[in-house]
Amino acid sequence: MATRASAPSAPVTISTRVDKVGLRPKVTRAIRAFVVVILTVLILLPVVWMVMTSLKSPSDVVAVPPKIIFEPSIESFIFLVTERVQFPTRQEADEFRARDDLKWYEKKVAERGQKITRVGDFPKQLRNSFIIAGTSTIFSVLFGVLSAYAFSRFKIPGEGDLLFFILSTRMLPPVAVTIPIFLMYRELGLDNTYFGLILLYTTFNLSFSVWLLKGFIDEIPKEYEEAALVDGYTRLQAFRKVVLPQAVTGIAATTVFCFIFAWNEYAFAAMLTSDATRTAPPSIPSIQGVGRIEWETIAAASLVFLLPVVIVTFALRKHLLRGVTFGAIRKG
Amino acid sequence: MATIELINVEKKFGPSYAVKPMNMTIHSGEFVVLLGPSGCGKTTTLRMISGLEAVTDGQILFDGKDVTWLHPSDRDIAFVFQFFALYSHMTARENIAFPLQAQGEPRDSIRKRVEEVAKMLRIEHLMNARPGGLSGGDQQRVALARALVRRPAAFLMDEPLGALDAEFRESMRAEIKRLHIEQNATTVYVTHDQIEAMAMGDRVVVMSAAVVQQNGTPAEVYHDPANLFVAKFIGSPGMNLIQGHYADGRVALPGDNRYDVPADWHTTIHEAIGRDGDIILGFRPEAAHISASGPIATTVYTTDLHGSYTMLHLEIDRDTIVDVRAGRGTNYPIGTPARFDLDPAMVRFFDPKTEMAIRKGGNP
Repeated sequence: MATRASAPSAPVTISTRVDKVGLRPKVTRAIRAFVVVILTVLILLPVVWMVMTSLKSPSDVVAVPPKIIFEPSIESFIFLVTERVQFPTRQEADEFRARDDLKWYEKKVAERGQKITRVGDFPKQLRNSFIIAGTSTIFSVLFGVLSAYAFSRFKIPGEGDLLFFILSTRMLPPVAVTIPIFLMYRELGLDNTYFGLILLYTTFNLSFSVWLLKGFIDEIPKEYEEAALVDGYTRLQAFRKVVLPQAVTGIAATTVFCFIFAWNEYAFAAMLTSDATRTAPPSIPSIQGVGRIEWETIAAASLVFLLPVVIVTFALRKHLLRGVTFGAIRKG
Repeated sequence: MATIELINVEKKFGPSYAVKPMNMTIHSGEFVVLLGPSGCGKTTTLRMISGLEAVTDGQILFDGKDVTWLHPSDRDIAFVFQFFALYSHMTARENIAFPLQAQGEPRDSIRKRVEEVAKMLRIEHLMNARPGGLSGGDQQRVALARALVRRPAAFLMDEPLGALDAEFRESMRAEIKRLHIEQNATTVYVTHDQIEAMAMGDRVVVMSAAVVQQNGTPAEVYHDPANLFVAKFIGSPGMNLIQGHYADGRVALPGDNRYDVPADWHTTIHEAIGRDGDIILGFRPEAAHISASGPIATTVYTTDLHGSYTMLHLEIDRDTIVDVRAGRGTNYPIGTPARFDLDPAMVRFFDPKTEMAIRKGGNP
């Protein structure tokens, strides 16, 4: 574009910022919106597909071409929480179906020629996941807050080295140490225990939570505690009454991230747990169907597994946005 | 209200001094201002008094009692911070009540006391607001209320007005002064604003480079600065300081000017630098007056109108420009010659070698 000295004109009263008007910015904006839409679709498609699959009947699941419109069914969820056997003959199945003391879910199952033998393993595995992920998250955040506070406020000899050391536990892929940890855990009797996995997840998460929380606590002016100290509070009281409430955002963000990691962890859980302590992630892909692969059951399991993370994230979403962008925004 | 004594108190960060050993007594009920440019050690001094910063050597006494190693919460002081340090997760009322809760006072008496203090600071209507929703001035009022509520032995204030708009600063200055008088509270107040220091302090302690430069009343530090630093730092603009050469009752000034030293100064100067030697002549802009018969010849460099008066910047020679206050009635065009004379009672002399003031009766 040629630049030319412009003649005096009427005062400009609308925005003339080059990024707001003109053809190019408009095109840019359109492209941006388009990309966002495509990305959203790409990310949400598997989730939508999973939800659809979980609501399909066994025959619809494998239908080709895939059915977009189908009659929803909750069979998959009954399958998920039960252990079943197939009746060996058609006749036995029909006789069983004819009985009138069947519960509604037994009827549903009987229509497939199956009989419920007991409650399935999945509820227990989900409970194990809750216990392990929940406890390790609490520990990660608790210890993380305490040590982040110490790093942030006190003069600690070798502070930089210590922080680097803490972070260095993240510098190799955890899978690289699975075999040594497996052997160690077997020697120590920590395999197949809640404590073992809680300890492991807490260890992994702690480096992350210390660093993240230190950033948040650094941003809280130390005058807040000093004011409390002068006003007659001890350091611990000042920490509890002044620092913690100010660090809520950081604690919430850290909690979500730690929980997601511990909840989703697959490799160690697969290796270090069996029946009694098995968590949900390694059990979902190994769901045994009765006479076939029950895709709808696997989809239902994934959906149920997803919900806690969605709920936790949703509950703390207000803090999260600031959490993930922390450092970029200064408090006013 | 407490008397605060600092005895050889010093603070070192590594090998360098933040505060060199200093002695100071702040009497009960006194308003003492620590004044100095940033990094001069004034805030560190205040923080040592509060106990938020440990001394590296020396002693701090409150009413004769050694508190040097006492926890801040055991010193019975209140601290007001520059950025208020109000807890954003509490309302104004909760903020003010916070120090009383630490002492485990019964709820009723806390509520009564909070109301009392709120009334004193005229913030009753803001009590349920959170700090984020208050103006800077109101935030500082709440912070002051939080400091007042406990009736502490001393108030320590670290640039409490520094973060406020000019408009609030003026009115808050008066409010703090008034509060001080009503409460008769020992107050140590840190600022880098010399106008604030002069306006508020019973006593001003001027600090620079980790050292106390002068400790005196506002009038003393203004009219009788102890050294060149104080002379330049206090006043807006600071004192005019002209390099000259003294011989036999006369100072030879740049531009072939001569100034006859008032006779009552002769002996003092002779004792300080001898009958012949370099000297610095100092005077405040209001100590000079334009007069056709004045001994010092200059040309007008520029002038600025300050409303009630005009400040003339007069060029004695290329390197020496002095500020002289003149009435606003006369216009002095740039480049016109002007002569001025000095009020003999208001001239001061400094020794260029030691940078100290030459004082009648010697340096205290």
